Parts: sequence; C-alpha cells; structure tokens
Amino acid sequence: MNWGSWALWGFVATLVLTTVMAGSQGLRMTRMNVPYMLGTMFTSGRDRAKLVGFGVHLINGWLFSLLYVAAFHAWGRAGLGAGVAIGFVHAAFVLTVGMRLMPGLHPRMASEQHGPTVTRQLEPPGFLSLNYGYQTPLSVLIAHLAFGAILGSFYSLP
Amino acid sequence: MPSRPDPAHRRGTDAVQPPIDHYAVIGDGRSTALVSRDGSIDWLCWPRFDSPSIFAALLDEQGGQWRLAPEGTGRVTRRYLERTNVLETRFETGDGVAVLTDFMPVASEEDKNRRLVPEQEIVRIVACERGELEIGLLLDVRADYARQRARPLAAGRLGVRVDTGRGLLVLRTDVPVRIVGDGRVVGSLRLNAGQVAHSSLTFAADGIAVLPPLGDRCLEALDRSVRWWRDWASRIHYDGPCRDIVVRSALALKLMVYAPSGAVVAAPTTSLPERVGGDLNWDYRFCWPRDASLTVRALFGLGCDAEARAFVDWLLHTTRLTQPELRVLYDVFGNRPPGERTLGHLAGYRGSRPVRIGNAAEGQRQLDVYGEVIDAVAYSAQEGAVVDRDTERMLCAFGAYVCRHWTEPDDGIWEPRSAAAHNTHSRVLAWVALDRLLQLHDRGHLREAPVVTLRGHRDWIRREVEARAWNPELGSYVAQLDGDRLDASLLLLPWYGFEDAASDRMRGTFGRIRERLGAGDVLLYRYRGAGSPGEGAFGICSFWGAEYVALGGGTAEEARAVFERLCAYANDVGLLAEELDPETGGALGNFPQAFTHVGLINAALSLDRRLRGESPLQRQIPARPEHAPEAAS
Repeated sequence: MNWGSWALWGFVATLVLTTVMAGSQGLRMTRMNVPYMLGTMFTSGRDRAKLVGFGVHLINGWLFSLLYVAAFHAWGRAGLGAGVAIGFVHAAFVLTVGMRLMPGLHPRMASEQHGPTVTRQLEPPGFLSLNYGYQTPLSVLIAHLAFGAILGSFYSLP
Repeated sequence: MPSRPDPAHRRGTDAVQPPIDHYAVIGDGRSTALVSRDGSIDWLCWPRFDSPSIFAALLDEQGGQWRLAPEGTGRVTRRYLERTNVLETRFETGDGVAVLTDFMPVASEEDKNRRLVPEQEIVRIVACERGELEIGLLLDVRADYARQRARPLAAGRLGVRVDTGRGLLVLRTDVPVRIVGDGRVVGSLRLNAGQVAHSSLTFAADGIAVLPPLGDRCLEALDRSVRWWRDWASRIHYDGPCRDIVVRSALALKLMVYAPSGAVVAAPTTSLPERVGGDLNWDYRFCWPRDASLTVRALFGLGCDAEARAFVDWLLHTTRLTQPELRVLYDVFGNRPPGERTLGHLAGYRGSRPVRIGNAAEGQRQLDVYGEVIDAVAYSAQEGAVVDRDTERMLCAFGAYVCRHWTEPDDGIWEPRSAAAHNTHSRVLAWVALDRLLQLHDRGHLREAPVVTLRGHRDWIRREVEARAWNPELGSYVAQLDGDRLDASLLLLPWYGFEDAASDRMRGTFGRIRERLGAGDVLLYRYRGAGSPGEGAFGICSFWGAEYVALGGGTAEEARAVFERLCAYANDVGLLAEELDPETGGALGNFPQAFTHVGLINAALSLDRRLRGESPLQRQIPARPEHAPEAAS
C-alpha cells in the first residue's frame, strides 16, 4: 500500500468530484448538494452545514478511495479503465442504494412516505435522485467517473 | 343568493357524474381522493397528487371507482368529524340507517415509526345504526387514467390484489367479494343494527406491501387520525366571523400541502370544467409560485407556521434549477412537469373535453411571480425567519431580474393562451418585488443590495402604473396599461400596499369592477370580454372583493355581510371550487381549489382584524436580530 499516493490522489479525486457536483449545480443540472446534505446531519444552519459537510465529504472521499485502492491491489494493477469501472459501480450504488437510504439515515430528511406532518426538512432524493432534477444521475455519474479516473491514473502501486 | 339543488338527493340516473360540489375530499398529505355523496371514490391518484389516476370516474364513466354504500335510494347527509379530514356519510333508506366513515390514515412520524403502516391507505368503515341494510361494494381499478385494464387476483384471506404496474393495490374487506369477468370486484353484505364492516385499500410502490388487519386496527387508525387532525387544527388561532368554515378551509388547504417537500398544489384534480360541456379544462395538480404570498399570509395568519415556512423553503430552494428565472409552475419537487397532453379516451366530466394532463401554462412567462415570492419571504421574515446568505443572494438575483425585465409584456396572472401584454397586475407585482427587497434591506435582512438601482426602478414602476394603468374616463385602474378593460386582480392593489383601499382611485376601481365584473349577488368574474368564453364567477376574486371592503373600501359591517354571503357558497362540507356558477351557485372548475380557500382565509383574517379595531393588514418586517443564526429562511 502506497499511503502517500493514496492520501494525495484520494484528496485530489474528492476535490474534483466535489467541484464537478458544484459545477453541475451552477449549471442548473441538479440541486443535489452533497456537502449540504451531509452537513445538515449535524446542524440546521445552511452556511454552517455546508462547511461541516465539506469536511465530512472530504473524509468520506478519502475513505471511499481506500476501496478503489484495495481493488487496484487485488487486481495487481491500477489504470484509467480500472478506475473508471469502479467509479461507474460507485455512482450506480450511490444513485440506486445510497441515496435511497438517506431518509432513514439522515435526521433532517423527509421520506416520500412522510406526512401529513410538515417540518422544515430536506426533501428526499427519490429514485436515482431524480427529485433533485432530471439530470442529477448524469452529474453524479460524471463526478464519480472523474473520481475513479484520477485514482486509477495516478495512484501508483508500490 | 341563487337557489341550489337539494344537496341531500343522490346521483340521478341521467347524469354520469354528480355535481362537482357533491364531492368531498380526504387525504394524507401526499395524495387525495374525492368521495361522492353515493359513497363512491371517483378520483384517486397514488402515490402523489400528480401521479396517474387509479380511479377516474370523475372524468369518465369507465374511469374506475370504489363504491361502498347501502343499496337503494334515500336521503344522504354528510359531514367531516369536527376539526378533521375524516368524512362521515349518513345514508337513510326505507330499510334503515348506515354511516360510512372514509379517511386516509394519518399519524405523527414518531407514531408511524412505532408500527408497520402501509405506504398509503384508504380505510372505509360502514356501520348500520338502525334497521337492516344490504351494503354493496364495487371496486373497479382502472390505473393510468383508465388506460390500463386491471387484472385483480383473489388471494384468499390476503384480500384481492391488483398490480397497476406502478405498485400493488390490495383490497381487504369484511364484505364477501368476487371478481367478475371485466375485472371488477363486486360484493354485498347484509348488516343489522349495531354491525360494522371494515374495508381497506392499500398501495405499495416502494417494496413489499404491508397488509394491515381489519377490525379493531381500522378503529385504532381512525382514532389516531382523528387525534392527529384535531391536534393539527388546535394550532389554528382564529376566532373571527364564520370560524367553522375558516377552519374547514385550513383543513382543506392542508390536504393540498405535499408534506415531503412543503409544496402546495393548486388543486388535487384535473379537467373539472370551468364551463360544463366546454373545453376550459386544466390540470391543476402542480404548484404555482404565483400563489405564494397570498398562501403564506393565510398560513401564517392562522398559525400554521410549519406549513408556511416549509412552503417558503420550497419556493426558494426547490426552484433553483431555473433561477433567477422562475417558471409559472413546478411539480412537487420543483421539476418541470411533463408537457401538456390530452387524454382522448376519457369522455370528460359530463362530456367536458378534452381531459388534459400536464399544463401548457408551464411555458408561459409571468412577471408577477417574483413579487409573490419575495413578498412571501418578507412575510416569513415578519414572522421571525432569518434570511441566510444563500437566500440573500437569491433575492438579489430576483431583484436584478425584475429590474432587467419589468418593462416587458407577459402572459399575466390568468394565463390566457393569447398574446402577451403589459399587465397592470404584473407591473404592480414588479413594484412589490423591489419594494420588499428595499424593506428587507432597511431592516437588515439583506446586507448587500443595490439600493439605488432598486429604488430607482421601484419609483419608475409606480410612476408608470399611476400614469398608464389609470383610465380617467372610466375613473378606474385598468387591466392593461393604456387599456379600458377591468380585471378583478386590481382589487389586490391595497393588499400589496400599492394603493390605499379608501383612496378615491381604489373606490372608483371597485365601483367599476362591481359594475362590469359583477356576477350577481356578491360574486365577481375575474374579467369579461373576448377572452372569457362563458366561465363562471371566480372564487378568489369574489373573496378579494370582500377583503377589499375589509381593508377600508367599505365599513366593517359591509365587509362582514359580503364575506358571510360568499361563505354560504361552500358546499355542505365547506369546500369550494375554483369558480361558481352564477345561476345556480354550484361549483365549477377544479375542486377543491387551494386558491379559493386561501382567498376565504385571507378575507377572514383581514375582516377579523378590522372588527377588532386593528389595522387589517399587518406588514412590518422586524429588524434582523444581531448575532442571528444562519438559519434557513
């Protein structure tokens, strides 16, 4: 295990993923804001939540990149193709399973079975996170492919 | 007031659908069902308001329904259990008396977490109070707007199952049923005095269906639902005129709040006609930001703060994909609804065709929306909300958009499908947008705002409206700049603080509106002319008239009289549609209509304050507290 390479490229990949997602928001492709979503698990203040959530997201990115690195080691090779393939599986998992679990995990997120009590909660992502905009799956996919591509291309096996 | 048909009679044999106001509504904060006086659920969309219908007998005889009622004819009366959305229909026939209780079970989230509950459910409990009655059941599932023929399967003690393609419906009932050749489920049961039969229809789209038992479990669900609704209604602090119907309006409005996102849909139905037999049939199962400040004021005014704040959050954050531009309408999650389509296979309500799904107004441009949304945020700040930095940026972007575009023509509040025009209402709402931004800035809620620019445009708009929207020959404001037509939306000028209700100009405008838009009694059309092909009197416009009087256009007693007469147009369970037939007083258009109930509530709030000697409208944004937390708006 090349710890230095993992720490560096895991960090870079997470930054790029976050940037792609934020860019998608700016381009009005999606309303999904992962740092905000994670941060509101700890605080309801919008500005503070984004800050806290960014920290959590960074740590998450590093932890997830460990799985990518573990897969590279298991295969005995890294590379663009391997990284992109894992990124694709990662994105598919996030969209179909991960986000669907969020209403159960997140203390401030409503579910689609919520109601009629109304509280000021985060709206649920729904299937493929489509509630956050029809192009959300596309932006999540692009972000994770970029994440995998960076790790696959730049992580060097010892 | 025109004489109306006796509401106690049952569906005639010659009419496919009963009158619109013969329906009542039940719901669970995500979906609603319309129940007729015959005990037939003729409209149901699951899992949410704008999902394809499961029952649509409202729009076509073959559209699907769930009927549960005593056989034979007789007298029918009904009511909601006090301060709830639990409907009770009482059938009196020559053989006896039966009471049918219909509801969608509701409970607090904590309560729901403690037990396994179906994703969605309708419970129907029929009790024989006197005599001996034959209870008939008919379940005719026609999913996807009746485009899909149901294939029910008998599953023994697990009930009857119908896979709709989008989810699984399960009927469980004490009534012995059988499946007949065309896919209908029919059954009957003889009940003696004191006997009760329970039925439950559940829907599962998200996984394995939950099959709750019948019997005591239904009664427990009823008890929980009644408690939940009464607890919710206990927050309503209104003790003014016509309290019962104001509380009923709040309960009806609550049924149109989509709880998972906070959106408020305009109505739970599509294509109920504004003119029976005509083509003014629209899909209202979406959210119009245009209704924002009126709705928010109604909710805050009654004490429904959670709903008001959730709606403001929805307005600001769910509409982000299109900002700074705001679209005319969104779905409950802020997405663009599918394009408008007609359903040619449906005959329409009493032949009113076409039946439409989706709404082409979505592609229109309404410049009044910005004023509505910003005014809603101002109301929210007035009620103690703190504007966070994201919201500040959003509001400033709206302001910049208004400054760039207010001089342009738009489609206007009523969404006519004709050419854009320079609408006075849109201009005034542009003024409202900039005026409220300046007020928010003055009170410290907007820390950085281009004050000079905003003020310059605001004052420019006022000058233009005062010069070009005032017609000296008519002695009235007019619908369009330099025009001569009247529009009931002009009655809102005092509501938004643009004009004093008691000013000569507003008195002149009100006089002209009554003269040209009066529909008999105290009813008003929204407009008249080539663009109004025979529609009914407009519900909310009539309440705007009452509120205008309450705001200072007349005496308090005059306002009370107008308001009380308007309230009498509600049906036997206190519900109102979009429009009223001036000749019969019957309901027209989608039903029940959030906007009409919002109008009723706002008129009641203003009247109540006037009667108590207070200023009818309270508009004072408090200063932003120092060290305010960066809370969501």
